[in-house]
Order: sequence, then C-alpha cells, then structure tokens
Amino acid sequence: MLCDHTRSNYSRRDFLTKTSLGLGALAISGFSGSGPEPLTRQGVLGKPHHPPRAKRVIYLFQSGAPSQLDLLDYKPLLHQMHGQELPESVRSGQRLTGMTSGQSSFPLVGSPFSFKQYGESGTWMSELLPYTSQISDDLCLVKSMYTEAINHDPAVTFIQTGSQFPGRPSMGAWLSYGLGSDNENLPGFVVLVTKDKTGQPLYARSWGSGFLPSEHQGVQFRSGKNPVLYLENPPGVDASMRRSQLDQLKSLQEKQFENQEDPEINARIAHYEMAFRMQTSVPDIMDTSGEPDYIYDLYGEDSRIPGTYAANCLLARRLAEKGVKFIQLYHQGWDQHGNLPNAIKVQCKETDQASAALVTDLAQRGMLEDTLVIWGGEFGRTNYSQGRLTSTNFGRDHHPRCFTVWMAGGGSKSGLSYGTTDDFGYLVASEPVHVHDFQATIMHALGIDHEQLIYKYQGRRFRLTDVHGTVIDKILT
Amino acid sequence: MKGIFYFCLVFVLSTLLIACYTGDEISYSEEIKPLLNKKCLRCHGGIRSLGGFSLLFAEDALSPTESGKLAIVPGKPRESEMISRIKHTDPEMMMPQEGLPLTDEETSLLERWIRQGAKFDQHWSYRQLDEPIAPSPELKDWVKNDIDSYILDKMEAFDLYPNEPAEAHALVRRLNFDLTGLPPDLDQLKQLTGGNLAQVQIEKIIDDLLKSPHYGEHFAALWLDLARYADSNGYEKDMGRSIWRFRDWVIDAFNRDMPFDQFTIEQLSGDLLPEPTKDQLIATAFHRNTMTNTEGGTEDEEFRTTSVIDRVNTTFELWQGTTMSCVQCHAHPYDPFRHDEYYELLALFNNTQDADIDSEYPYLLEHPDSIMEKMVQTSAQIHLLDKHYPKISKDSVSKASIRKLIFPRLFGDFADDYQDVLINGNGGFSNSAYNSNNQKHKLYYLVFSNINLDSITGINYHYFSRGDDAVIEVYLDDINSQPILRTKMIEPKKKDWDWLLASMAPKSGNHDLIFHFVNTTGDFRTGVVDLKEIELVYNDQPLNKEVRVAQDSLLKLYRRGIKTPVMKERTELLRRKTHIFERGNYLVKGEEVVPGIPDVLSTENESISDRLEFAKWMVSKENPLTARVFVNRIWAYIFGDGLVETPEDFGTQGIPPIHPELLDYLAYRFSNDWEWSIKRLVKEIVMSATYQQSSRVSPDKVDKDPYNHYYSRANRVRLSAEQIRDQALTVSGLLNRTIGGKSVMPPQPDGVWQIVYSSAKWEVDHEEDKYRRGLYTYWKRTTPYPSMIAFDSPSREFCVSRRIRTNTPLQALVTLNDTVYIETAQALGTFMKEHGQGDVREAIAGGYEKILLEIPADQTIEILVQLYTEAVKEEDVTPVLNEDTTTYLDPYTVVANAMMNLDAFLTKS
Repeated sequence: MLCDHTRSNYSRRDFLTKTSLGLGALAISGFSGSGPEPLTRQGVLGKPHHPPRAKRVIYLFQSGAPSQLDLLDYKPLLHQMHGQELPESVRSGQRLTGMTSGQSSFPLVGSPFSFKQYGESGTWMSELLPYTSQISDDLCLVKSMYTEAINHDPAVTFIQTGSQFPGRPSMGAWLSYGLGSDNENLPGFVVLVTKDKTGQPLYARSWGSGFLPSEHQGVQFRSGKNPVLYLENPPGVDASMRRSQLDQLKSLQEKQFENQEDPEINARIAHYEMAFRMQTSVPDIMDTSGEPDYIYDLYGEDSRIPGTYAANCLLARRLAEKGVKFIQLYHQGWDQHGNLPNAIKVQCKETDQASAALVTDLAQRGMLEDTLVIWGGEFGRTNYSQGRLTSTNFGRDHHPRCFTVWMAGGGSKSGLSYGTTDDFGYLVASEPVHVHDFQATIMHALGIDHEQLIYKYQGRRFRLTDVHGTVIDKILT
Repeated sequence: MKGIFYFCLVFVLSTLLIACYTGDEISYSEEIKPLLNKKCLRCHGGIRSLGGFSLLFAEDALSPTESGKLAIVPGKPRESEMISRIKHTDPEMMMPQEGLPLTDEETSLLERWIRQGAKFDQHWSYRQLDEPIAPSPELKDWVKNDIDSYILDKMEAFDLYPNEPAEAHALVRRLNFDLTGLPPDLDQLKQLTGGNLAQVQIEKIIDDLLKSPHYGEHFAALWLDLARYADSNGYEKDMGRSIWRFRDWVIDAFNRDMPFDQFTIEQLSGDLLPEPTKDQLIATAFHRNTMTNTEGGTEDEEFRTTSVIDRVNTTFELWQGTTMSCVQCHAHPYDPFRHDEYYELLALFNNTQDADIDSEYPYLLEHPDSIMEKMVQTSAQIHLLDKHYPKISKDSVSKASIRKLIFPRLFGDFADDYQDVLINGNGGFSNSAYNSNNQKHKLYYLVFSNINLDSITGINYHYFSRGDDAVIEVYLDDINSQPILRTKMIEPKKKDWDWLLASMAPKSGNHDLIFHFVNTTGDFRTGVVDLKEIELVYNDQPLNKEVRVAQDSLLKLYRRGIKTPVMKERTELLRRKTHIFERGNYLVKGEEVVPGIPDVLSTENESISDRLEFAKWMVSKENPLTARVFVNRIWAYIFGDGLVETPEDFGTQGIPPIHPELLDYLAYRFSNDWEWSIKRLVKEIVMSATYQQSSRVSPDKVDKDPYNHYYSRANRVRLSAEQIRDQALTVSGLLNRTIGGKSVMPPQPDGVWQIVYSSAKWEVDHEEDKYRRGLYTYWKRTTPYPSMIAFDSPSREFCVSRRIRTNTPLQALVTLNDTVYIETAQALGTFMKEHGQGDVREAIAGGYEKILLEIPADQTIEILVQLYTEAVKEEDVTPVLNEDTTTYLDPYTVVANAMMNLDAFLTKS
C-alpha cells in the first residue's frame, strides 16, 4: 500500500525519473528522449486522494501570536472580573513560560476594546477589526485551537511543520511534494514576509523542505530589486545577452547529451530555461503598477508600498491567479507581553483592511471558492496580565491552551464560529482542534488524506501530522 | 561459503522487490522479516502488540497471545493461529485487518517457514565478519584488486561487462575530486602521457593526492554533515558559537590518517582518556555541536535533555546505521530494540556538565603564542610577588596551572562541576535563569575539588543581590551532609557589588568544596545572588593587593583564548540519575536505568558503564556494524551512492546491499588488515578497475541495469555545494588554499542575514578570505549560506547521512548570477584573453581546456565563438544597459560564465 511510493523516496535516481521536481516540476521521459521537454508537472500523489475543495492556500501567518481575547474571542466575564485573580481552579497547573512562572499575582484582564456581533452569522468581533468584521459572513472562525508549544520558535515550527523541533518539512513543502506545481514559470510554494517588522525572528526553516528534496522548499519573494535571490543578471548582462548565453549553452549541452545519454543533462537544460523565464515572470508578478486604483483602495494605502503586509496580500492574489499552490505571508510583531493596548492597534491597522480585502477580491474574481485563506498565529495569549495591570496598560503572556484562527473560502464553512472556550477564555470548552487536526483539515480540503502523504526517512514514515490529526469535517462544507 | 548465507536482492523497475533465494532453507531475515515488516508489524510490532502478539522478538512471537492461543507453533503451520487468521475468509477475522491481504505466495512462504521450525536468524548487518574469500570471475585480466573480483562476479552473472578504462583527463579529474574535492591543475595533467594511464602512474597520482593537505579538507567537509557542525548554536536566537577548532581537528585527523577506531574514541570520549591532550578534548566538541536554546523563558533542562537525546540518535545513525530515534517513545517498530534500551544508552551520555546555558560552559580555551607569552610573563610576576606560586612555561599553560596561580580565588569558569548555576564568560556566576523567573525547582551547586583547608579562616564573597532571600551554603565532600557554613546574602547597602566575609574554622586536609546557592523564597529578584568570585581566606590574611592585580591580568589574558565547547563528565557528587521517559516525554519519568548497550548488538554480557567503554565497544571486533557502516559511507562518497543505499539505516527497513560480500570484505579488511586506516580503504577503492572505468552509457547497459547497481560503468554525479564553489575558484586561479582557521564570510545577497538580540553582522571578508574553500564558510543554522543551500547543503541542525542531490532552476540562477561566479568568470576571461593573444578561437579553446581538461571539439569552439561574437556585437549596438551599469561584461567573461555552467563542468563523470 504505502510501500510502493515510499520506496521511491529512497533513491536519488528514483527522484529524477519518477517524481516531480516541484520547482520546475520536470519529469523526464526516460533515457531516449531527445529534447528537454518539461512533461508532467505532477506531485508524488499523481492525483489527489479525493476531490479537492481547495486548489491553493493563502496562509496569512500572524507571527508572535495575536491576542484572541482582544480580537475574536469575546469574554464578558473578564470584564466583570477585571483585576481579580485568576482562580487557581481555572489555571489547573498549566505550564507557564519562564517569564511569568514566578509572578505572584495573575490579575484577569477584560479587553479594553468593545465587541459587537456582525453579519447574519452574528459573529463577535472587536472594534480593532473594522474591515474583517464586514466579511464575517465569509469567515469560518475556529475558536478552540490549541497547541503544545509554549515558546515562539517551537510553536511556529510546530504549526508550520507538525513538530516542535527543527528538521521536518513545512506544510507548503508537503503540498509541493504531494501535488506538484501548476505553473511552469513560478515556484509552487512562495513566501512573502512583511519587511521591516521586528519581534520574534522568522527563519527559513518555517518554509523549509526538511528532509524532502530541496526543490520543495518555499521560495521567498522579497520586495525590491532582487525579488528572488540571484534572480537578477549580473551588472553588464542584459536579457538579450543572457538569452544568447543560454542558447549557446543549450547547444553545447545537447551536444553533450548525444555522447552521454544522462537524463540529468536534459533536466539541467530545462531548469536553465525555467530560470530564464523566472527572470521575467517574477518581476512581472511583483510589479503591481498595472493594478487599478480601486484595487489599491480596497487593500488600503499601504498596498502601494512594496513589502508591506497590504502589498503582500495583493501579491498573494496575483500569485494565486498564476496557479501558485501555497502562498505564505508572515507578519511579525504580535508578541505583546507588555503595552498591549497600543501595540495591538498598530498591528491591526497594518493587517485588518488588507486581510479582508484579499478575501473580498478573491470572491469578486470567483476564486474564493477554490482558494483557502487562513489567518492566525502560533498560539494564544493569557487572560491575565503579564506584569502590572494599570488603568491604561497591561500585557499578555503566551498561552497554548486556546487560540482563534479564521479561514475563508476553499471549502471552509462560511459564517461559522466553531468551538468554544470557557468563560475565562482559558481552556477549550467544546470541540477542541489540535494543531495536527487543523493541519489534517487543511490537507483534506486540498484533496489529501493526511495519513497517506508520507515520506520515508531514516527508516521511519513521516507525515505532516506526525502520528496524530483528525479531520474536522464540521468546518468544511 | 559466504555466498550461501546471502541471497541476492534485485530491484526491478525500482519499485518491485523480488527476492530470489538459492537454498531450500527459508531465511528469516531475507524473506520473512521484510514480509512481516510490510504486512504485520504495524499492529504486531514495537509500537502496538494487538491481541498480545508481537513479532519483534522471537520470544514474544512464540509466546501465547492474549487469547491463550499460540500464533506460531514451530513445525506446525496448521496449528499456528497466525496462519489460520491470514487464511480466514471472514473479514472480521482475516489478517491483516488494515491494508492488503497476503498473496498466496506470501502465505505459503510463511507456512513453509513455520514448517521448517520458524527460526529467527540474525539480521544481516548484525552478523559477525568472517575472513573473506574473493570469488574468481572469468575475465581475470580486468581485475586489479579484490573489489573487482566481487564486482565482476556479479556483473558476469547478470550478463554485463565492464566499460573501458576512463581517459586520463577524466580519471585524473575524478580522482582529484574524490580525494581532495578540488579539480586538478591542467599543467600537471599535461605532464602525463596521453591516452590511458598505466596503473603505476595512477598509483603515483593517488599517493600524491592522499598526501595533499586538501585531502583532509575534503573528507572533513563530508564528516561535518554527520557531526552537524555549525558556527551558530541554533534555535531562536542562533547566536555565534566558536567551535571551528573542532573542524580543524577533523581536517587534521584525516590528513594524519588517524585510524578510525581512535578517531571514534577521541570524538566520543576523548575527555575520559587518561591525561587527555588538548586535541583529544577538542575532539569531544563533536557532541557539543548540538544546539543550545537561549530563547527567553525556555527551560534549560528541557533543551539539555534534547541535546542528550540528539547525541544518542546521532551516534547511532552515524556509527551504527540504526534509527535509534524511533526508540525514544516506544520499542522500535521494526528492529529489535526495546524502549528501555534507549534510556540505557541515554544514561551513557547523560552525565556531562553542559546544560544548555548561554555561555556553553564547559569549554576549552586555547591561546595564540602572543597571549601565551604574556601569560608566562604574568605568572613570573606573580611568582616574584609570592614564591608559593609556581612559575609556568608555555608548555605548561593549562586550566589547572592557571587555577593554581589564581588561588585562593574561585571563579565559575574554573569550577570542577556545577548544577543549574549560570556561568558567564568572565567566570561570574549566579542562581538566576535568563529571562525566566522560575527558580523554585532548581538546585544551584558549584563544586571545587580537592581544596586544602588547613588554616582556612573564612570565605569572602564578591556579590550583588537585590534582596535578602538568597543564602549560600557550603558543604564538604557530600551534598547530603550538614552544611559547614550558611551565609545570608543580604542586599548590599550601597546597592552595588560588595564583599561579604563569612568566618569559618580551619579543617584539616584537602576537600571538595561545594557551594549551594539557595533561593529561600523562589522570588526571581530578591532570592537571586550574582557573584564575581569567591575568595578563600587563610590565617585571616586577605590576598595581597599586588598579587590580586597580577592575577586579574592573568585571568584576562586566559579568557581571551579561543573557546571551544567540550565534553566534561560530571563529578560523582552531582551524578545524574537516568530514567525512562514515558512516551519520550522528559517530564514523565519512569523507572531508573543504568548504562548499557542493546542486547541485539552485544555478543557477550559486556558491562559498559561510561562513554569511553562504549566507544571502545563500538570499534571492537564484537561490533561489526561500525566497520560496515563506515566503509559504506566512504563507498558512497566515492561512487555517489552506497553499497547500502540507505547509509543511515542498516536495519530491516533499510535497503539491503546488492553486494553484501563486497561490503563485508571491505569492512573486514578495514577493521583487521588495514587497521582502520581510512587512506588505505580509500586507496583500495580508487585503485580498483571498477572505479577507473569510463562513465560512458550504452543503451544496452541502461536497459539491463538502469541504476548501475552492478557497476558496469562509472556514475555521473553532480558535484557538491562546496565542490562547485571550490572548482570555480580553482580553475579561475582565485582560490585561497589556506587550511583551517576561523570561519569566513564571503559575499552573500543583502537581506539574507537575520540576527536578533545581537549586533553580529555578516561582514564580508576582504580579498583573500573571500576566496576560501566552501567548508570554511560561516555556517549559520537558521540562515545558511544561500548559494550552498541551493545545491543541497543541509542546515546542520541534525546529523545528515546523505544529501539528496537535486537539479533546480535556483541552481542555475546561482551559477549564472552569484557574485563569486561572476568574479571567477572574469578571472577566467582574463586568462583567456591573455592566452589567445588576439586569437579568439585560441583564447576560447585555452579557456575550455583549462576548466574541462580536454581539448574542445571544433563544433564546440564554433558555438562559443558565436557567443563571443554576439557579446561583442551587443556591446557595439547598445551603449548603455541601465542606470546601474555603464559597461557590458567583457565578452570573454560572458563566454567563461557560459562554460562554467556546462553540465560537464558541474558534474563528476
């Protein structure tokens, strides 16, 4: 059952002949082929396990962990008990980070931001999200997410790779491996990081390929002159010169292939061609100057400034249009241990409008149906204050026991708030969704059985969800 | 004869595994075990034993199951419940419950095996090595050494024949890459006569290459992936780590041809050797390449444990080809290792002093001559002030001798042992935890062994505290005794560093002095005490001021040494107990275990109680895995793939070897006749006719053996990330051949380097250091050098047994556009221009020959001349490129850049 394709994971030679090569995704048609024709572009699965609801994912990752209690998980009890101690019975021995574990007082904090119900669904949202609240009927909120990690680096690694420790492939890499790529001029897995944000570091391993072949790793597109590393021709070489170089190089390689029928030679020719196409296609995608004003208005003023979250949301839509399968945005700065009331406003201002605009834009283009948009961080934040609670200021520490994410489109159930937390916003009260369940569900939406997309490495069968994960059918249509 | 024991496994179309056996007796390990792994062990193995039935160990498999029935009755398949359940027609009863049913052939195989007595024999890789007898193939003339006999014997059986010998230039290029990682020099090659080389000429070339200092660099580059060597410590902050002395130790060990048994013992347990040298201590940095988590609020014990687990897993992957990481949480799903055996191994590694603290203590300091001289001078000064202090010479500078010179002052970085205490780079120490206010469960100890306490009268603490809740207790020789001194570290009045003298009565003789820093309230502010030093006071006489000043300068010099984290065993006083972690969770401790090795690997009841005994066992005759696994690695480095294609897994889930007799032959000779000499092993392989064949591919051979499992031709293998860089630098004449030293920072694109909480920068080294070999590039785990990552180099967070070679568009972008490849093309372009003296064809032919070592065909020259002409034309037609660039790249550089992207250039063939 598994053995056939897991066996193929073993050897380099199998890779070259049998599986796709994600980026470029070329499978060469055996030894006797004469030219470097890119033939199939499929992943190891060939076809999905079941009909997919989503063809692609845009994951708006809010790095640092936004406070669910101030944005999406309304807790009136915290207002009533504002300033009172978190009852020991609620805390129930939960592990704390080293940063608050020695704190002697845990005063509860009601959110200073007002909450209202929005849309026909009556979804509760805070005043910090004036745009997102307008699309509440398109969203599926999961309020009962929980994780195992308590510090950023392990938690981000966990939600992106299914393991707290580095070394496993990220979700996008798994998809590239399983499903291949739909565009021969662009990578199948693209990463966009908001520029000039500070806070917890973000590392390439979050979009790395782990033990999967490196072509499945996410390719970061940067704002500025050189959007992909080494994309730009060196000074003194223009496009036509590069073309001449590649043409002559190709003639020489073909000549070599005649003597030495190694299929890797043809693969190399094809990859040089794709590299050349990327030199045009990537700057084309990055150049949003052709977008009409109403689009900029929709995404907000920031979207005119390359490298902002808003500009990246717009780019995400453009990449989705070109068939890129997994587009991952990262926006840092949500780690509000102190000064939460002010800092969270800034974060929301940077992200709220563009996140909502992306959903609206996709819907208007008829793409929301098969594009799964996900918004969320790596864990939640505490209902009590880290440090002193004053009339104007407080902070919230890391909280793995519950947090909220939202999804839109791609087979997610719109207008739904799934799962609940207790009145203190401390523990999941009903319908818990573990990170592995969430990952299993995303893969399910893409037509993948998370238990069947497997890679054998060091004698073990690995998968994104480790040995866990249950698909949450109720959040899918 | 050996052949009887082995059965050949042939892969047809790479996915179909056909096992054909040559004897009547069914082999458990070759035929039954793979079938059980595939169909049964998911539910009846190391993770689950449903129905009380597990097939992992013979004794379990033959015991009654939960139902009381016997699943396997040797000799009686009809009475065996296993067979009746497999044959059952009721889907509720039929096995396996999950997955495809067994085929009739598979069922009958199991029946025959049970009828023959259901014998569980040993897995091939655990079997002892016997004196090998090479086969005698027909085509004797081709055979150059025993390797060829084994290879040819199989080749003939499959109706294949060897290729002709490789041409001189191809063979010399291949040898240079395989032995030194660098391409040969064209002039050197030209001195050889054309056509094929005689074996004596080849041997001379090989011997010269084995003597080259670049040999060690090349093999070190391979070893460093296994050792997970990096210049940063990983996780969130990924701060710089000074551990390059270990890299240089590896280079040197390979160059000196340190026998592999010694190489093993020194890296795993050099610190436990009698009177270890500095080099032997540096060797132990092998296991200090684990990551250190300095993220605020993380629990040091959690990540210390993670490191110890990594040490067990790495040791087993590297030396034993065993996926021990599976056994962390439960018994191995497929191989015969029990859960508790994992923790017996862990116990061997669980008693080193390193504890995930930021300063990476304990470390070794080494001093350049200039500092060493000043230290000797300062020691003389101290001696002059007080004759009790010894004078030291350059040879006797050591931690121990410095400790004598700074006595009676005690510093954290001179402690013999410690627990939980944070020790900083200046020797200061404290019972705090960085960015963590959780102090309650910790026991902070600092131990100084063997201190003379005759006429001691007090202990003077140089300290700072922010409250009155810290107490320092002093114990003698036993942490469970009564403290001899208890001092409350009250907040200094001036709210600054202060001294506090605690008087005590003299004790006779030498003792271990144990300081215990107690946080009486658990408060992370008021219960913390920071110390700069502790001064022992004798005869109520404080230390002479001038001595103190001289000591301070000595300490300053000493601490300026080159730092290398090393392994150091805990003292008996603070020995850790090791428990099983239930389901692999370090917080859930099960039974206590004592050190030991897994039953399946031990022949007699060896008693192994520490790392040194363990390392010696690994390279003993009792352990044939070590030699098998290592010779396979060397084979893989040279041929591109191992005789066992899964060098990381020699267990039942790995791919069994197609040439088991050859593997055993090499392993036997290597560990016996060749006395673990790696150079000898390498030489044997490259001296073989098998190795020296041409890589020409014919349709017939592709048809019969697409993956070249039978070695009837040489493999074409893309060069590694390091080699691609090194080759470009070499052929263009830019390579800086300096061996060793601190890692360097060649140019990389802007915006790649990410740092947090630190001002460290990627500062591009200038001129000569820009062009060092790839293995010297600063290796930052979270943001590794991007052009090398593109060519599949790993991030080195964990042991990597083999890099998967890929072929991607990003690689094309690197070698076409990266600065270093433009600079090397420019240098080559300049060479071509000079070489041609105005003759374009001559220039191009010269450049081509320089990098590919063969004279180009006319047609090749034509194509490149055409490119040259186009480049010249372009320059004439379009005067300005864009706002950044005013001149076109020189046409020769354009041509050189293209040539350096040829498949033939990037591939070893």
